[in-house]
Amino acid sequence: MSVPSANNQRSRARAPKLIFETGSPGRSGFSWPAEPGKLEEHLPPALLRNDIPNFPELGELEVLRHFTRLSQRNFAIESQFYPLGSCTMKYNPKINEVVARLPGFAEAHPLAPPELLQGALALLHELERILAEISGMAHVSLQPSAGAQGELTGLMLIRACLAERGDPRKKVIVPDTAHGTNPASSALCGYDVVQISSNERGVIDAATVEQTMDDSVAAVMITNPNTLGLFETNIEAITEIVHAKGGMIYLDGANLNALMGIAKPGHMGVDVLHLNLHKTFSTPHGGGGPGAGPVAVTHALSEFLPVPRIIKRGDRFELQEDCPKSVGRVRSFFGNFGILLRAYSYITALGGDGLEDASRMALLNANYIRKKLAKNYQLAYNEPCMHECIFTDRLQQKSGVSTLDIAKRLLDYGHHPPTIYFPLVVSGALMIEPTETESLETLDDFIDAMLAIAAEAKEEPELVKEAPYSTPVRRLDEAKAARKPVLRWEPPSRADKGED
Amino acid sequence: MRYTPHTSADREQMLRATGIDSIEALYQHVPATLRQQSKINLPKGVSEFAVRQRLASLASRNATPPEWSLFLGGGIYHHFIPSVVDATISRAEFSTSYTPYQPEVSQGTLQALFEYQTLICQLTGMEVSNSAVYDGASAAAEAVLMSRRIQPSTRRRVLISRALHPQYRAVIATYLRNLRDVELEEIPFAATGATDAEEVARRVDDRSMCLVLGYPNFFGVIEDLAPPKMACSKAGAHLISVTTEPLSLAILKPPGEFGVDIAVGEGQSLGVPMSLGGPAFGFFACQKKFVRNMPGRLVGETVDCEGRRGFVLTLATREQHIRREKATSNICTSQTLCTLAATVFMSLLGKSGLRTLAEVNTLRAHDVFAQLQKATKLEAAFSAPFFNEFVLRAPDVRRLFVQCADHKIVPGILLSDDYPELANSFLICVTEMNQREEIERLVRTVSQ
Repeated sequence: MSVPSANNQRSRARAPKLIFETGSPGRSGFSWPAEPGKLEEHLPPALLRNDIPNFPELGELEVLRHFTRLSQRNFAIESQFYPLGSCTMKYNPKINEVVARLPGFAEAHPLAPPELLQGALALLHELERILAEISGMAHVSLQPSAGAQGELTGLMLIRACLAERGDPRKKVIVPDTAHGTNPASSALCGYDVVQISSNERGVIDAATVEQTMDDSVAAVMITNPNTLGLFETNIEAITEIVHAKGGMIYLDGANLNALMGIAKPGHMGVDVLHLNLHKTFSTPHGGGGPGAGPVAVTHALSEFLPVPRIIKRGDRFELQEDCPKSVGRVRSFFGNFGILLRAYSYITALGGDGLEDASRMALLNANYIRKKLAKNYQLAYNEPCMHECIFTDRLQQKSGVSTLDIAKRLLDYGHHPPTIYFPLVVSGALMIEPTETESLETLDDFIDAMLAIAAEAKEEPELVKEAPYSTPVRRLDEAKAARKPVLRWEPPSRADKGED
Repeated sequence: MRYTPHTSADREQMLRATGIDSIEALYQHVPATLRQQSKINLPKGVSEFAVRQRLASLASRNATPPEWSLFLGGGIYHHFIPSVVDATISRAEFSTSYTPYQPEVSQGTLQALFEYQTLICQLTGMEVSNSAVYDGASAAAEAVLMSRRIQPSTRRRVLISRALHPQYRAVIATYLRNLRDVELEEIPFAATGATDAEEVARRVDDRSMCLVLGYPNFFGVIEDLAPPKMACSKAGAHLISVTTEPLSLAILKPPGEFGVDIAVGEGQSLGVPMSLGGPAFGFFACQKKFVRNMPGRLVGETVDCEGRRGFVLTLATREQHIRREKATSNICTSQTLCTLAATVFMSLLGKSGLRTLAEVNTLRAHDVFAQLQKATKLEAAFSAPFFNEFVLRAPDVRRLFVQCADHKIVPGILLSDDYPELANSFLICVTEMNQREEIERLVRTVSQ
């Protein structure tokens, strides 16, 4: 393999200009027949603007070429292995894109009368049932737009239920391995956050929960498997302790891809969880959204779910707005319907048996990598993992090579790096989640690259520390970006003056 | 259909290399009680062809144009989307990448987001924009939360216009319900359909945190933001404008020109399909002095170690993955693919195209407004200027809707559920997608 180094640079394509730096006054990639009449006949001039200064003026091909060239500066699942831990970058099937674009879905208006939306409502109703079955819970709301909004919604449900029992309580317990959204959502829901530590095996001890749990704690948020890729083996004991003291269990379902056909959250004593459809259920990540974060709950919490609820009467579907105990609406309309229907398409294609197979193969792929790299990288926890494995940079640190360097060097080998420096409890974490859709050859190719980098770290540490060499840009000055933020393009005359 | 490529020989080889006999060995530590009841009781998987058929059958049970004539707006609008938009967002390099945490291999997404932020600033006349939040409603809620972070604790009264989209008001209430220091107060609308300016002047005071207005409001009315801005400035409250139909900003005086503090809204109109109301994106722009209090992702310009221009996620110390419970928001998504659609849409239509489309909407809507009042018993409910939506009153609005449904027309949105005081009224929207022929059919049907 020929891998670029400082002396072996691949030529870089010239960087595309900004859209504002191209085009010509008067040009447009759009035409529409003029309408009779004049604006001024209908609207007072004082309400109008004459121009959008500096707005783009380009032809159709110029626009298309601009964005095509931008796209070529991205890594993506369809062109690279993308083993980001806790992100579940599995293949996003093309059929999902085709069905999402059917005019009957893409052109459905959310405020049309429900009798004209029976197909969409049937799909949503069935998806609620399907996700309830997969998670072992009683009811589901599809409204939350993403995992973090699902968390917020779930905590609101807990709060509303506890308030009805007499006391919403004051605190939420969050383990040190949790995603940052857990404490952030807790705070937004009006709770103080208490952090607890995982034990030396990377999981939470029931005794730790026992010590912290009292009647001021509303909920314990648990990610299972946790962000170390380990199953929380004490989950049943923990839920018992929490329930005995009147609290509830919130499960962060980000890692559900490890559990299908292996264990259902509902059987663990979980009261509410969110699911990331853009992870487990294959909807594309889109460079940072849109996703969908439905919440699944027990019977006891179902009357607090957001409105509207979709109700089936006979063979018709209706919307129910009148739910007096509901926490209310968490977003407009029906949530991210286009994402929900892609997940429905995926689940239909795989079926129950296919989902179970997906989780099992996700485990095998992760453990195969764990085993193959264990001699050259230090494992954070030396035991079988679930869907992701965590290494550290301790061995490479001896020659001054850090996790960041390893990640950047991987780019030269044509792979997207794992999630790095997360979870925070592992110093220099490299969190690798290959997912089930990657072939043995791809895993081997990645493993070879990691082994080569381990060798480089020993023999030529400077090579690794200066990486990457082959990417459209090299290491970027993030401190400069934050110190004096430039968050928009300005026309040259103003930018030249260094306007802040 | 399966997307796992492993052959049985692959599995054997991998098991051997991993040092186990079966995959089950990997999860023996999961309690047996859980494993035993883990089977997923769903039908078996089906072929891609069968998936397509099932979904097509569901899709066919929704009433959509052109078979149905829909005069529906209310926060989601039917606009033409040029082919270049879908061609671009369908590129796997954009659609199947993650949040751009590795900037060296995410310059495509990052530069597009930087362009998006600039376009939103230009459209709204504001100084800074983030890379978007979930939708217009959560953008409005996040704007109120941002105002709360900035304002002193003596200002905790949030004034919200009753003419703001009802679902947005509901979402704001949900987001605020557990923050016990905040009080919500509704400002009524006047007979014109605009927020009651006298009430605004009377109620904005030194305890007000912010005033939230629709621009245009839920009734399609173009609010004059100058008087409320004056009232807010005098009292020290923030003015938040919420735009559900951003196409209007191509011809309307932008919020920034009024001195609005935070301008948010729903971006669906700008090149994103209606798709039952989601996914699209919520845009979020504000004055530069508030930038460190903003929620969500921000992309900034910088250089690489060899001096080339590049873009990175920046000011991340506001965000949940760094600040955890002290973050400005719990959000960690930016609806990126939808903002990309809007970026392509705005770039393609450009200065003149966006204006043309906004003009066509205004003129066509006003034409229908005039025709309906002339030919039918419908009356205008309000008098204030509007963009592409307006409210009409009918003697028997239910009967009218049934009559229209017989001709496969949905003439608008009934307002009685959200506004009992507008029991006989409905909100009608006309865009460039409502063709001459269907407008004639609407007028004919209603005049019967």
